[in-house]
Amino acid sequence: MGGGAGPVRTTTVPERLAANRFVLDEEESHIEIDQELARSTGTAERIIAVCPAGVYSMQDGRVVADYAACLECGTCLAVAAPGALTWHYPRGGFGVSFREG
Amino acid sequence: MSAEEPDFDVIVVGAGPAGAVTAYLLARQGHSVVLIERGEAPGAKNLSGGVLYGRVLDEVFPGFADTAPVERRITRHVTTFLTADSSVSIDYAGKPLAEPVNAVTVLRAKFDPWLAERAEEAGVFLMPGVRVDELLTEPGPDGVRQVVGVKAGDDELRARVVVAADGVNSYLARSIGLRPKPPEHHLAVGVKAVVHLPRQVIEDRFAVSGDEGAAHAIVGDCTLGIGGGGFLYTNAESLSLGVVLRLDDLIKKGRTAIEVFEHYTSHPVLAPYLRDGEILEYGSHLVAEGGLEMVGEVVSGGFVVVGEAAGLTINSGLTVRGMDLAIGSAVAAAKGVGEALAAGDTTATGLAAYRRHLDESFVMADLRTYGRAPAFLERDRMYGAYGELAAGIFHDVFSLDGTPRKHLAAVARGALKRSRVSVRDLISDGWAGVRAL
Ligand SMILES: Cc1cc2nc3c(=O)[nH]c(=O)nc-3n(C[C@H](O)[C@H](O)[C@H](O)COP(=O)(O)OP(=O)(O)OC[C@H]3O[C@@H](n4cnc5c(N)ncnc54)[C@H](O)[C@@H]3O)c2cc1C
Ligand code: SF4
Repeated sequence: MGGGAGPVRTTTVPERLAANRFVLDEEESHIEIDQELARSTGTAERIIAVCPAGVYSMQDGRVVADYAACLECGTCLAVAAPGALTWHYPRGGFGVSFREG
Repeated sequence: MSAEEPDFDVIVVGAGPAGAVTAYLLARQGHSVVLIERGEAPGAKNLSGGVLYGRVLDEVFPGFADTAPVERRITRHVTTFLTADSSVSIDYAGKPLAEPVNAVTVLRAKFDPWLAERAEEAGVFLMPGVRVDELLTEPGPDGVRQVVGVKAGDDELRARVVVAADGVNSYLARSIGLRPKPPEHHLAVGVKAVVHLPRQVIEDRFAVSGDEGAAHAIVGDCTLGIGGGGFLYTNAESLSLGVVLRLDDLIKKGRTAIEVFEHYTSHPVLAPYLRDGEILEYGSHLVAEGGLEMVGEVVSGGFVVVGEAAGLTINSGLTVRGMDLAIGSAVAAAKGVGEALAAGDTTATGLAAYRRHLDESFVMADLRTYGRAPAFLERDRMYGAYGELAAGIFHDVFSLDGTPRKHLAAVARGALKRSRVSVRDLISDGWAGVRAL
């Protein structure tokens, strides 16, 4: 890369996440969404807006979670209405593993 | 005491600075201590801006900056007010900042393992890769329910005292109703990239040399006016680059965290610093922003809460301090828990010694000093209009457009008239700011 712009300008979330180390838990997702409550409480829009990893998106009218990309900040749970989102830390040793921090 | 003999005197949950230092100090007192961490290694889940105010750690580990994996000693603090196309900076550089070590930059995935190793050397049993799922409780000698251990998967571990050092989310303290879920205006999300650049390039761009470093705090347009700010700190061979965004304001302003981060990192004012840098890592983490108001309960039977789990952070608008307060609370907890264990009373009454030591420490003194800062920083003007005002003043001073030069005061009055800030705002914010910061 070069020129005046610098590469930071051009990266996308998936490109940035690709630099990270993740230990994927193939067996269980640590995120579950109650579709009804997520819609009726506005939680869906909120978690899509706040998540820095782009984990949440709307697909065919449902909120889906790409849990493998989660950075485990807990921001989504902090803004979710009670019951709309079940989020807990991944099992010990799994998930994102920072090498810088 | 519980029916079963405890496995350890103390279980510490979370190997961040609060947990590692609490564990270290209690082991040094001769207690058996286990330190449980959900990451595959200490630091693997942890992220901060990275400026560690080192005074308290230097008391625990004298001369730590010479042996611990610290990145650079901060000798240059730059504060920048940004607008869409201009910036005004205040650059404070000084050798006195470096000696004795005032602030150093750290990368947590490298620094936290060093702290945990010191704890292990002192006899702490480190259990990485284990997530604590629940607290075990039983009626205590005073009849009140008391924490007697932890559950991780199918395993149970028992101890006389459980220390929750599990960070800002602190699901453990919440699970027994000791601490409530924080309101959104007391939380901010930090979004960060670590950007690689060669050592020499960093030194040239940031005007530092050797192990010196610079810390840039940036407010205004970098967050699209959302409460919070940007940071750009130098490590040995990388930059810590990120934004901190207050959750209530991020939602209110209808922005996404990703769009604000990308707006910030592509800002023309930052481009000269970042050019040709390569992203090594991208992360996010919550940070507590409630200050004194957020501290609340930190002790119950068999249980104490330390570090950010106890809400111990100070956001002065330009700096976030959490690591040094975490370590300060660890020192207080080790004293208080040590006294309770020695007296054989680990009920809430015995463990109240921790709260007393915490109240007497620099941690609570500083939190009280900055007690008004969170409310002050919720004033919207902080994040937009003042950058425009400062830029307006400097534009008028430096752009020689042929009109006769005015004295600075007249220039400032002119810029103030054009900006969205009223004199009344300026006086109100100025007075509130002086009192809060
Ligand atoms: C973007 C950002 C910038 C910041 N900048 C600065 C700065 O420049 N300077 C500064 O001093 N502070 C800064 N802070 C704040 C600072 O990072 C924190 O206050 C500090 O890390 C708190 O330390 P702690 O030990 O209390 O918690 P943490 O460092 O969060 O440690 C908690 C530990 O507990 C573990 N854990 C949690 N739950 C469990 C469980 N159930 N089982 C097992 N383990 C568990 C976690 O994996 C983690 O290792 C910043 C924070 C952010 C987000
Ligand atoms: S924890 Fe953070 S990264 Fe993970 S889904 Fe929630 S907001 Fe996104």
